[in-house]
Amino acid sequence: MKRTLFIALTALCFTAAIFAVPAAAAEEIIITGSTTVLPVMQKAGEAFMAANPGISLSISGGGSGNGIKALNEGLCQVAMSSRDIKESERREGTGKGVNAVRTAIAVDALVPVIHPENPVKNLTVEQLRGIYAGRITKWKEVGGKDENIVTISRDSSSGTFETWQELIMAPDRTAPSALSQASNGAVVQAVAGNRRAVGYIGFGYLNPSVKKVNVNGLEATAESALSRKWPIARELYVFTNGAPAGAVKKLIDYLLDPQKGQKAVAETGYIPLSGK
Amino acid sequence: MSVASLRRETVVRRTLAVTAGCSLLFLGMIMLFLFIEGLPLFSTVSVSDFLLGMNWYPTSEPPEFGIFPMLAASCAVTFTASAFAIPLGVMTAVWLTEVARPGIRRICKPLIEMTAALPSVVIGFFGMVVAAPLLQDLFDLDSGLNLFTASLMLAFMSVPTICSVAEDALFAVPASLRAGSLALGATRRETTVRVVIPAAFSGIGTACMLGMSRSIGETMVVLMTAGGAGILPRSLFDPVRPIPSVIAAETAEASFRGEHYRALFAVGIVLFLFTLAFNIAARYISEKNGGGRRSGR
Repeated sequence: MKRTLFIALTALCFTAAIFAVPAAAAEEIIITGSTTVLPVMQKAGEAFMAANPGISLSISGGGSGNGIKALNEGLCQVAMSSRDIKESERREGTGKGVNAVRTAIAVDALVPVIHPENPVKNLTVEQLRGIYAGRITKWKEVGGKDENIVTISRDSSSGTFETWQELIMAPDRTAPSALSQASNGAVVQAVAGNRRAVGYIGFGYLNPSVKKVNVNGLEATAESALSRKWPIARELYVFTNGAPAGAVKKLIDYLLDPQKGQKAVAETGYIPLSGK
Repeated sequence: MSVASLRRETVVRRTLAVTAGCSLLFLGMIMLFLFIEGLPLFSTVSVSDFLLGMNWYPTSEPPEFGIFPMLAASCAVTFTASAFAIPLGVMTAVWLTEVARPGIRRICKPLIEMTAALPSVVIGFFGMVVAAPLLQDLFDLDSGLNLFTASLMLAFMSVPTICSVAEDALFAVPASLRAGSLALGATRRETTVRVVIPAAFSGIGTACMLGMSRSIGETMVVLMTAGGAGILPRSLFDPVRPIPSVIAAETAEASFRGEHYRALFAVGIVLFLFTLAFNIAARYISEKNGGGRRSGR
């Protein structure tokens, strides 16, 4: 008797669970792609879900390439990417009836930083490349003191490292002799504590304990990054299949809202898009 | 014994057996998982390129997965740390058992064992914020985050382990041995050096091995203080990148089941084999000539 009751109750619970899940989450948006965009999406996504209880977001990383591939295969509705779509990827999508539409949501800009006591003010892109590739090893060679340069990089799987690699280093590679730190904050700490160090961080992490370096004679400001003059800046995108509609449009409008999504952009250390 | 208590006994015994079996099963499954996830890497990268390669560029095109500098770094850090920790740990143990009065021993031993409970992230943070800048200024180094600082912090971590295990071994040397040696006219120092330490040698060896296996597997300390440069160390003050710090720094951002992910698991296998070797060595030493180790008191 008892056992029958137990089985009946269990069955009831399962049935309830099966019916309850679709009822609670009316719509699910699957988002995947660049780990550079990921923190923005996570931060904005939480607030978005709180504001729109009917929509649930499933956010994961995996790299820009994987994100676009997933979009082409219909495995996600929104692909995050730190680069534009490649022609080959667009063609592959067209073959499957997917028309990837690009929306920029933020600007990622990096700035080289040195110790405040270091007299160096400006470095060219070539000099930065030489320093990180291990060809320039003394500050004297770039107008500083007669001391070794201690290069501080990021671990090679971070989005920041990738941006640096793509915009400064290519076709060279960062020398293995560069120290690696696991976060923007750790780079700031390491540079602030070492007179011979040079590092690079996202704009949002600048603070008075380190000195920003001009690149090619240009000062790092939000304006120079937004106008795309700053050499170490790139736009961050989301891709959708066709123009955003329905719940996806709601999400993208939210991301672009200066009071909502763009605030999350600034909080994660990127530069919000202006004038939207 | 009544039937009821007999039955209770059986229940307890079975429960214990199941619990022990579970923990063994879980460990076995973790190990299996490690190999399942890591081994497929070797279908694209040869074992010798992996173990002897000089470059670790997991995300570039094409990627390179050479871990030789990390292996060298792990060995260098472990041996340097042992060079500090073993003499310090063993001599502290000798002092506690042979020289210090029992009252002092009763206070000191728990204190030393308590330092073993310090979380490694705290030691790493101390190394990064206090020790590294200090050493950097003191020796006028390029960077305070280097092999030496990391080894120092690791030594700090493994001294309590070494000291505590070695102390147990020394304490277990039968009092009759000491008494016999003293009765034959040997001094306290001669007794300690020639009789007690050789008698406890296997236990001391085990202590050293356990201490070393603790430093080779330690992650947070090396991640925070070793500097993270993937080069072969040429001096004691070069920044290095030991194996555990690579896994800790990169796993979160490696794409699931991608090549990089597999490579990190393969690195994990190497680390596992290293630690296993140290633990087996420790067992071997303690079994080989440690027969009567604990029979003294």
